[in-house]
Amino acid sequence: MKIAVASGKGGTGKTTVAVNLAARAGLRGESAIYVDCDVEEPNGHLFLKPEIEEIRRVEIPVPVIEDEKCNSCGECGKICHFNAIAMILDKVLLFPELCHGCGGCFHACPTGAITESPRDVGKIESGKAYIDAPDGRKVVEFIHGVLNLNEAMPVPVIRDIRKMIPEKKWVVIDAPPGNACSMVETVRGSDYALLVTEQTPFGLNDLELACRTVKELDVPVGVVINRSGTGYTGVSEFCAREGIEILAAIPESMEVARIYSRGDIIVNESGQFASVIDGLLKKLEERTGSAR
Amino acid sequence: MKELVIISGKGGTGKTSVAASFAGLAGRVVIADCDVDAANMHLVMAPVTRETTRFSGGKIALISPEICAGCGKCLDLCRYDAITEENGSYAIDKIACEGCGVCAYFCPAKAIEMVDDENGEWYISDTPYGPMVHARLGAGGENSGKLVTLVRNQARQIAKKNKTETILVDGSPGIGCPVIASITGADAVLVVTEPSMSGLHDLKRVVSIGRHFGARVLVAINKYDINLDMTDEILGFIKDEELELAGRVHYDIDVTLAQIAGKSVVEFSDGQAASDIREMWTNIALALELEE
Ligand code: SF4
Ligand code: SF4
Repeated sequence: MKIAVASGKGGTGKTTVAVNLAARAGLRGESAIYVDCDVEEPNGHLFLKPEIEEIRRVEIPVPVIEDEKCNSCGECGKICHFNAIAMILDKVLLFPELCHGCGGCFHACPTGAITESPRDVGKIESGKAYIDAPDGRKVVEFIHGVLNLNEAMPVPVIRDIRKMIPEKKWVVIDAPPGNACSMVETVRGSDYALLVTEQTPFGLNDLELACRTVKELDVPVGVVINRSGTGYTGVSEFCAREGIEILAAIPESMEVARIYSRGDIIVNESGQFASVIDGLLKKLEERTGSAR
Repeated sequence: MKELVIISGKGGTGKTSVAASFAGLAGRVVIADCDVDAANMHLVMAPVTRETTRFSGGKIALISPEICAGCGKCLDLCRYDAITEENGSYAIDKIACEGCGVCAYFCPAKAIEMVDDENGEWYISDTPYGPMVHARLGAGGENSGKLVTLVRNQARQIAKKNKTETILVDGSPGIGCPVIASITGADAVLVVTEPSMSGLHDLKRVVSIGRHFGARVLVAINKYDINLDMTDEILGFIKDEELELAGRVHYDIDVTLAQIAGKSVVEFSDGQAASDIREMWTNIALALELEE
């Protein structure tokens, strides 16, 4: 079952929830994979500390122009919607970092002067994370994507990751923050979207935006409240009004913040946190009908 | 005119709380909320909107079923799996469409049109601290970089017209196109970070971007007392990289309570965090030679 863990914004504890969900499922001996689609700033590996076994490049095809064949007709510049190719006097100028690899110029060129060659935009690393359980080491599979620095297009990396995800009982996908193209690319096609929020007005604002986006994708949605206990009731009122279930509430705790800041897996060290995550796993099983 | 952009490797580091407080401390300012994906400044700025403008981030394809001859050419050409076919009738999956226009260009029946993808709005508002430019991007919004640039340019124009010395920009999180659009050409960038493994990791990535765009980089460590070892590590990084430390802010529940009250931290409280932020602003004003 594919669970996308999302939030309108970063810093709400999305990665904490995703990592610990996968880790806890793994600790219970169930097959689990943690997939980090937050390719601009993947952080899950800092906690799971996986052993990377395989690295794949992510490439998009960009045009290459053969000057001898080009007759300066300018068709390529006309079709490009991203200003990645332009005619300056009678010479074709290419801006590869703007190119979306759509192939339009390649198809449109009447003289066959354009071929395509791959441009490296990022990489996908996969491997295994080992978690120490009292009865021995447990494995959580791991995949994450890393967008190259100064690269502006995360979607191709996410698209490639999605194609690589194997079937597991628990596929926990850490979505990019926000509501833009990369979050949408991650959440669509998931069986369930878990939105992590905080009990503050900022949290509510971000949650409302995220809910609106997920609803358009037609994915069932539930909420996890992180750092609960602020006394603010806006989030619960919103969920009640919209008929969105709150699956778990994680109390504000200095202990959890400390374990997190060290980069450790919280379910391994805090029994209270582990039982919250257990409750969440159980509810997810029920809601998605995959309980065995 | 000086433009200070406040960013963080990721959301949730308290960036907006810091930015909102600065607005109160700076005297006459123009505020730009460039976190268009999940804007939060308006929640503590009490803006009264004066102008609303629709925003179109790009184009998407639209097939006219009456004209479509059902040849399937668009399906073959589309590299984003955005064309769907059901019983010989073709349609566009709006979410997958990148707006490259290849289908429209090559459709032999001329059945496809590229239409404006209106998916956002931007606003000019009045706040007690000065004018504010902010925006809202719809679900799956593409081209947030373009909207960020628009918001910044509007803020600059207003500042120029009103002869305001300081522009405060609440930047976009992450390292992708929006954040690049938030910081290019700024006088200084303040990176708000947290003392955690992921905080340091994000800081490193974001600093290299700030550098790449030639901005002066200052760093603020929020909630520094959560993990003093990590704070030391961040201080070491700041020293090694010859960055400037703007200040340190204690962990303080007042930051959350201020949010719930819909106020900036310095306006709401006289506590630890508030006085840390005041001190930080004095440092920054001095560093940037801002007039008080
Ligand atoms: S492949 Fe598409 S995006 Fe790239 S240069 Fe050609 S037309 Fe432009
Ligand atoms: S290319 Fe044009 S005519 Fe052919 S299926 Fe697509 S829309 Fe219809």
